[in-house]
Amino acid sequence: MSAVIENHHDEHHHGPAKGLTRWLYTTNHKDIGTLYLWFSFAMFLIGGAMAMVIRAELFEPGMQIVEPEFYNQMITLHGLIMIFGGVMPAFVGLANWLVPMMIGAPDMALPRMNNLSFWILPFAFFVLLSSLFMEGGAPNFGWTFYAPLSTTYAPPSVTFFIFSVHIMGASSIMGAINVIVTIMNMRAPGITLMKMPLFVWSWLITAYLLIAVMPVLAGAVTMMLMDIHFGTSFFNAAGGGDPVLFQHIFWFFGHPEVYIMILPAFGIVSHIIETFARKPLFGYTSMVWAMLSIAILSFVVWAHHMFTVGMPLAAELFFMWATMLIAVPTGVKVFNWVTTMFKGSITYETPMLFACAFVVLFTIGGFSGLMLAIVPADFQYHDTYFVVAHFHYVLVPGAIFSIMAAVYYWIPKWTGNMYDERLGQLHFWLSFISVNVTFFPQHFIGLAGMPRRYPDYALQFADWNMVSTVGAFLFGVSQILFLFIVLKTVIGGKKATDQVWEGARGLEWTVASPAPYHTFSTPPKVD
Amino acid sequence: MQGKNKTLKLLIGAVVGMFFFSFALVPLYNVFCEVTGLNGKVFQASESEVSIEGESRPLALQFISSNNENMPWVFNPSEKSMKIETGKYYTTTFYVKNTTNKTMTSQAVPSVAPSNAADYLKKLECFCFEQQVLEPGEEAYLPVRLLVSNDLPDSINSIVMSYTIFDITDYNNEDLAHHNMGME
Repeated sequence: MSAVIENHHDEHHHGPAKGLTRWLYTTNHKDIGTLYLWFSFAMFLIGGAMAMVIRAELFEPGMQIVEPEFYNQMITLHGLIMIFGGVMPAFVGLANWLVPMMIGAPDMALPRMNNLSFWILPFAFFVLLSSLFMEGGAPNFGWTFYAPLSTTYAPPSVTFFIFSVHIMGASSIMGAINVIVTIMNMRAPGITLMKMPLFVWSWLITAYLLIAVMPVLAGAVTMMLMDIHFGTSFFNAAGGGDPVLFQHIFWFFGHPEVYIMILPAFGIVSHIIETFARKPLFGYTSMVWAMLSIAILSFVVWAHHMFTVGMPLAAELFFMWATMLIAVPTGVKVFNWVTTMFKGSITYETPMLFACAFVVLFTIGGFSGLMLAIVPADFQYHDTYFVVAHFHYVLVPGAIFSIMAAVYYWIPKWTGNMYDERLGQLHFWLSFISVNVTFFPQHFIGLAGMPRRYPDYALQFADWNMVSTVGAFLFGVSQILFLFIVLKTVIGGKKATDQVWEGARGLEWTVASPAPYHTFSTPPKVD
Repeated sequence: MQGKNKTLKLLIGAVVGMFFFSFALVPLYNVFCEVTGLNGKVFQASESEVSIEGESRPLALQFISSNNENMPWVFNPSEKSMKIETGKYYTTTFYVKNTTNKTMTSQAVPSVAPSNAADYLKKLECFCFEQQVLEPGEEAYLPVRLLVSNDLPDSINSIVMSYTIFDITDYNNEDLAHHNMGME
């Protein structure tokens, strides 16, 4: 199959342009993928630094390092930056690199829009971060920006926050449109929908979720803008509005958003497990249907984030059962991964280690989610550190581990060099241990009643908070090692073969390593 | 190429549609609450639609008042609780005083707990159906005339009626006064 790639000497072959303008003007899906990935890495480090401020303050009870107002700004920005700047752009970057190569397309369908959707992102985060230096400080109302905290009581910088969310939303929507148009129209002949690689499937479903809910987020912040500046009363009870309405609209966006951040991870992990188990994935069809059911169910469970607002019993029961139902397709996926590994000839290179950790730790996060879904139990767990532990388990060893696994798995294809396996394994074990040291104790202090979003806490929570902070700093330092490993691989290293991994299947492994600037200018033949 | 443009147009349509859908959620939410009575709102009843058939039984009524945000008025129930019987009319009052030195307009918003009691609580008269305008230093006793129907489920032995008073001086909106009225 490698004969199909490029080298059409009759056509003028052009590589990347030189210098900075290459990156500014590029419409190449690989360049844009790289930009997205580096951008998300930068945001990951900035958001991570904020997490260090938070954990340092919580190292001991009492106020030590920062003012409570600044602490509130840190938790708000940490959440927003990690979600909209870290996880989401990283997945878009992976989609840019991989989707065209996996379906045998020469590039994304709308390359200029692709360039635009990336280059507005740095401005969105510049606006958001600049609010730290404004009078009244940065947004301080939590990443969920509930009204009236984010309207009546918000600092003046809330307007900048609203515009930056608008820009991030526009970027995500353009990215999603691009992915769907590419997948629906540019698959090589022979790649039917049910033959698509699972990462492509996961991104197709994710992109539809983005199309459906990012405009709702834009609507929510637009209503806030109008309440703050134009005298409307969407969320203002004095004018006939309702603050609970804000929560409904926000979580109508927010819950599908949760799956936007995990579905691509499902795709990545499926590829890695089948490669290193050296077996075809067990239950491909059920994997696709499971992702579709999760996506559809995600639209009817939003109120489980707000059980305590005073809903009628019937609504609480409906949202509780609908939420628990999601465990069924998720369980199907976990069992399929485990069955794929069963009796496989497994080797544990770094991507596989991260993928295995994903399966175990994401499942722990899923189980604590089931506990939170139980209405009477949630009345106790609501807004405690148990919730913090839950969503960090699904996002850090869930989404972020899958992104790291993906980087280790595909970086030989991107750079042509193998990463340093020993350092990779070291990075894995440091991350694996420290992530559990950080977040597992938060289950205990949450169940014991420590509320989230406070810079201070009662004495009985001191020990586990100290443990958690130690873990957090170890995790933070481990990611510097990750940066070092990636840079080392970009600069040099053992040359990678075209297939890279013995068990690797799929079109992206048929092109040369590093992948040439243009791949699949003529569609490959697929049986 | 044709296929691409078609997909693109459909997707842009979906994005625009979902943006407007988020605004459509606002009236949908209000309609949903009114139809199902989920938020425990009580609308004005007239003498003719109140049935007092069935057996009456004793019941505890409690009154709670609260001020929204920076509303400076004094606002208290004259009686914190009442022992009543179902199927009979009662009148109670709430005391308000404008403690500021300017004329202000207020609107009280009622709520009932448990919310499934709302259907059986009939208010023939309530200050919450109207706006109140008080001069500086002026005070008033605002009446509520009500009846709890005999059909009230046996599981309910006490009802809490809560009122929140809002400063709506700056909201020059006639509709607000009728906000809690029956749906024509």
